[in-house]
Amino acid sequence: MEFVVISLLNGISYGLLLFMLASGFTLIFSMMGVLNFAHASFYMLGAYFGYQISTWLGFWPALFVAPLLVGAAGALVERYGLRRVHKSGHVPELLFTFGLSYIIVELVQIVWGRAAVPYQVPPELQGPLFTVFTTTFPAYRAFMMLIAVLMLVAIWLMLTRTRIGLVIQASLTHPGMAEALGHNVPRVYMLTFGGGTALAGLAGVIGGNAYVTEPSMAALVGAIIFVVTVVGGMGSLAGAFVASLLIGLMQTFAIGLDWSPVGLLGRLGIEITPETFLYALWSLKLSQVAPVLPYLLLVMILVFRPRGLMGTREG
Amino acid sequence: MPATIRFAPYDVGRWFVWATTAVMFAVLPLIFTKGFAITLLSQMGIMIVFALSYNMLFGQGGMLSFGHAVYSGLGAFFAIHALNWAGAGKIWLPVSLVPLVGGVFGALFGVLFGYVTTKKAGTPFAMITLGIGEMVFAASLMFPGFFGGEGGVSGNRVIGDPLLGVSFGPGIEVYYLIAVWCFGCMVAMFAFAQTPLGRISNAVRDNPERAEFIGYSAQRVRFLVLIVAAFFAGISGGLSAINFEIVTAENVSALRSGGVLLATFIGGAMFFFGPVLGAVIFVFFVVALSEYTKAWQFYLGVFFVLMVMYAPGGVASLVLINLRVMKYRLFARLRDPYAGVLLSALVLLVGVAMVVEMSYHLTLGASTGSTLKLFGFGVDSAAPEVWLLASGIVVAGALSFDAMRRYFAREWEAVQADIEEKIRREAGL
Amino acid sequence: MRYRKALAGFSIAVLWALASPHAVAQSGTVRIAWVDPQSGMMAAVGQNALRSWQHAVDAANQGKWGGNVRFELVPFDNKLSPQETLTVLKSVVDRDIRYVALGLGTSTALALSDAVAKHNQRNPGKEIVFVNYAAVDPSMTNEKCDFWHFRIDINSDMKMEALTTFMAGRPEIRKVYLINQDYAFGHSVERGAEEYLKKKRPDIAIVGKDRHPLAQVRDFAPYVAKIKASGADTIITGNWGSDLALLVKAARDAGLTAGFYTYYAGTTGTPTAIGAAGEGKVRQVSYWNPSDPVPEGAKCIEGFERKYKDDYAILASYTAMKLLSEAMKKAKSTDAKQVAFALEGLKVQSLNGEVEMRASDHQLQQPVFISSWQKVDGKTVRYGQENTGYGWRTEARLDAYVASQPTSCDMKRPAK
Repeated sequence: MEFVVISLLNGISYGLLLFMLASGFTLIFSMMGVLNFAHASFYMLGAYFGYQISTWLGFWPALFVAPLLVGAAGALVERYGLRRVHKSGHVPELLFTFGLSYIIVELVQIVWGRAAVPYQVPPELQGPLFTVFTTTFPAYRAFMMLIAVLMLVAIWLMLTRTRIGLVIQASLTHPGMAEALGHNVPRVYMLTFGGGTALAGLAGVIGGNAYVTEPSMAALVGAIIFVVTVVGGMGSLAGAFVASLLIGLMQTFAIGLDWSPVGLLGRLGIEITPETFLYALWSLKLSQVAPVLPYLLLVMILVFRPRGLMGTREG
Repeated sequence: MPATIRFAPYDVGRWFVWATTAVMFAVLPLIFTKGFAITLLSQMGIMIVFALSYNMLFGQGGMLSFGHAVYSGLGAFFAIHALNWAGAGKIWLPVSLVPLVGGVFGALFGVLFGYVTTKKAGTPFAMITLGIGEMVFAASLMFPGFFGGEGGVSGNRVIGDPLLGVSFGPGIEVYYLIAVWCFGCMVAMFAFAQTPLGRISNAVRDNPERAEFIGYSAQRVRFLVLIVAAFFAGISGGLSAINFEIVTAENVSALRSGGVLLATFIGGAMFFFGPVLGAVIFVFFVVALSEYTKAWQFYLGVFFVLMVMYAPGGVASLVLINLRVMKYRLFARLRDPYAGVLLSALVLLVGVAMVVEMSYHLTLGASTGSTLKLFGFGVDSAAPEVWLLASGIVVAGALSFDAMRRYFAREWEAVQADIEEKIRREAGL
Repeated sequence: MRYRKALAGFSIAVLWALASPHAVAQSGTVRIAWVDPQSGMMAAVGQNALRSWQHAVDAANQGKWGGNVRFELVPFDNKLSPQETLTVLKSVVDRDIRYVALGLGTSTALALSDAVAKHNQRNPGKEIVFVNYAAVDPSMTNEKCDFWHFRIDINSDMKMEALTTFMAGRPEIRKVYLINQDYAFGHSVERGAEEYLKKKRPDIAIVGKDRHPLAQVRDFAPYVAKIKASGADTIITGNWGSDLALLVKAARDAGLTAGFYTYYAGTTGTPTAIGAAGEGKVRQVSYWNPSDPVPEGAKCIEGFERKYKDDYAILASYTAMKLLSEAMKKAKSTDAKQVAFALEGLKVQSLNGEVEMRASDHQLQQPVFISSWQKVDGKTVRYGQENTGYGWRTEARLDAYVASQPTSCDMKRPAK
């Protein structure tokens, strides 16, 4: 029982972190059609900026300032880089962000070196929040979950209830008309890209101290963002939310379960020994393949339902 | 009734070009004889085949794949196992035919994965290849029996008795084997692009709906092209297995897939020889440049981004637009602007390289203190004078480059306008 | 079509630069190629290792360990790739360097060992000696042993032998959980732990085994939940890098009280990430305790700290230089084959005691330390790691024979 509850909590908190990462990505993709390969690099920038600012001013100022800085960087990238590539089509845009991700990693290494930096959780958020049976649930995780939910609510409210949100939505589907009506569509694009990267930066500020802040952190989360977005459905924020929770729970529970075909078949009375053909395949435990499950899900979704769970278009 | 006259003149240009390439392949290792240079040439040869096979999907078929290393890597694994079996006498397989094994298995996996991936083109295709690539990479670490785990699978290419004195022990013999295979594959892939299937894949790239109207199933075409591309990718994997005598999980990694994408794009996806150029440049950056500087990844990233922004057609397109100018005999007008742009760019590059190298040296705190070797000179990266000098060079380079760029742009526009005029006149308008 | 001329010219220009001659060393200097990652995932560890080697080489030159022989270190970056390692080897051969040091990464070490063996076989008279200073896969001194390969670190089985001997003497350990990275090294740790614990303390129950993909897991909370559910009081793990740091962090977050027995808690980056979370809970097995050295070692550590502002933990570099110097003096030659023969059976005094290069399998026999992560107090823990204020307190120092393992190596030696 304890295991199920704890795994549920862990799965949801992990899923919400994934959502924090994927929300900006989905936003950029749905608004601009750009697959931002460098999104994970902005996440990393957020973590490093958060670390630097928290050493100068403390964690709480960093929480507000770092995402803004990352957003500004993203806006600049859009204005001076992506905009120029926009006219060449979607593939060059994707390749531009691909190259950008390399460059950001290198720049981070120039400034902060190659080793991990000691970005710590602030002392007021350390320690357990509550105890479930015998396992403690850290306060910081709860904080991460809170921020993620607030983020979702804020985005949704902004997009549907504010004027700028309406303009953004209009610019997505009818950029020519929106421009004809006097809205500065290129500026909307810049703000959207900046906003999306700011969200990634926020995820970095929050996640960087819980997990290790080092130059390879971008590469490690990069692929998962794609999975979440594709599974949820390209262009759907709600879909990304559902998908991240789904993947978070799936991975967390899978890690906890040691089921394998050998065990299953054994229960049916079929004996599998190391001599059996493809024993390596049958002896794989669910817990061993858990980190690969998201990719399996990705492939299956793309084969059977390319729209994703809640997507409105096929990309 | 007059007999049909068939007039098909010899395409002298094409024959000349291919002959030159063949001669270059044959002669280069005699000029650059060091072991490192030979291995560099071998790696370029392997990458050329890999990049050309990738371009069958990307440039010619319009399919952006993030998992092409799966086919070359799996081909490499099967090739090295075959090599080991041949060495143990279990099967008869001369070393020179090992790449064929790689190709066959690459194609087999092309059939297996291709069926699933080619249902859609565009972004879903890209995503699904990414997913499959990650899965295969993860699987390669989970099944050490076949994939050799972290250490990979090693083999020995010196098996059996030497044929005509060739044992494939020395690097140069391996180079010539790779050169022969590379040239053969280049010819084959070029020929493929001229076949109906090759042509129709271009059509599917440009307008899949229209291709369907004239009766071709877009999915079928993509599937077949993928199988052929996977075959050649498998051959490059087999060549890699012979060259390195080891195949590891890295051969199927996302890094490899990303690398071939970079190489193809840098060279130019729209032209047949683009990936060839791109492969040479890419291997140079990754293998040779990294010998001289720790910042090679930075340079590669910046180079790639600049190409995407300013020359999305790749190096090949740059070469070709200049050749067009030469064809219309207007190149003389561009000589001065070019000189100006290139010189100022060189100055800017030197300055930027100084700053980058010194920054890297300082923050990575190398073991030799603050001095580093820059273009052969010992330079103290902690001294402010040096930084001042470097910044000065950067500023000077940037300013002059900007001025030259404008000058060049003006002249270029004028030349292009003249060319348009000439074309119109030639067309008789 | 005529653009091929451009290709020709371009390629030739590009390749011309590569044909430039490399610097030739002064005579009387023995150059040692250091081949390990300077970029990518392990760049930080590689940096520390390179500095350690440079420090050791400098010490060898200053102290004239090799008599008239001077040493020079030539670093290369193999980007943690086996294939890149082979390319680098070609460059090493071009420069006529006969000694190669590599250690960070089993895959690269195996690839290099294989390639060196092939090179030596195909190029008699130009042989290369491979000094393996940190790759601990047991096979390299067993079924894959090679005359030209010498291992300076204690291998994975030796570490497990020492660790389990230490654990056998602690009655409070009843339930052990094994969590490792899913690759050859992780498997060998898991197998070793099971085997040796069964022999020494059959009453200890292995309550769980886990293998997770290498360097991919960010969130270890589910694994920690499993460990909790199993009721384990001790965890044995071969994890390194972020895998270990995140595991310890997650354990602290979840309030896990079990102790950790690790191989690599002292490697670059991990101390910073573990920090206060691991106090008293994390132990490591190693061939040296850099926090509690003998006076000679203190000098070395302080000098390193002053010069590079980094921790000197890779003693293998010092030991290797001592061994090479002594072997060259003994053989009265710097020829690789003579030195290799001289290394066999050689005993030298290093900073962790007396060590011996066993002739049968070229595995260095040296003492083993079990230490625990404690606050620096200037007495039992004199030096901290990475400015965390914490260091290692020696809990046991086991003589070389305790960790020593039998070998299945069938060494084929060349003619002298």
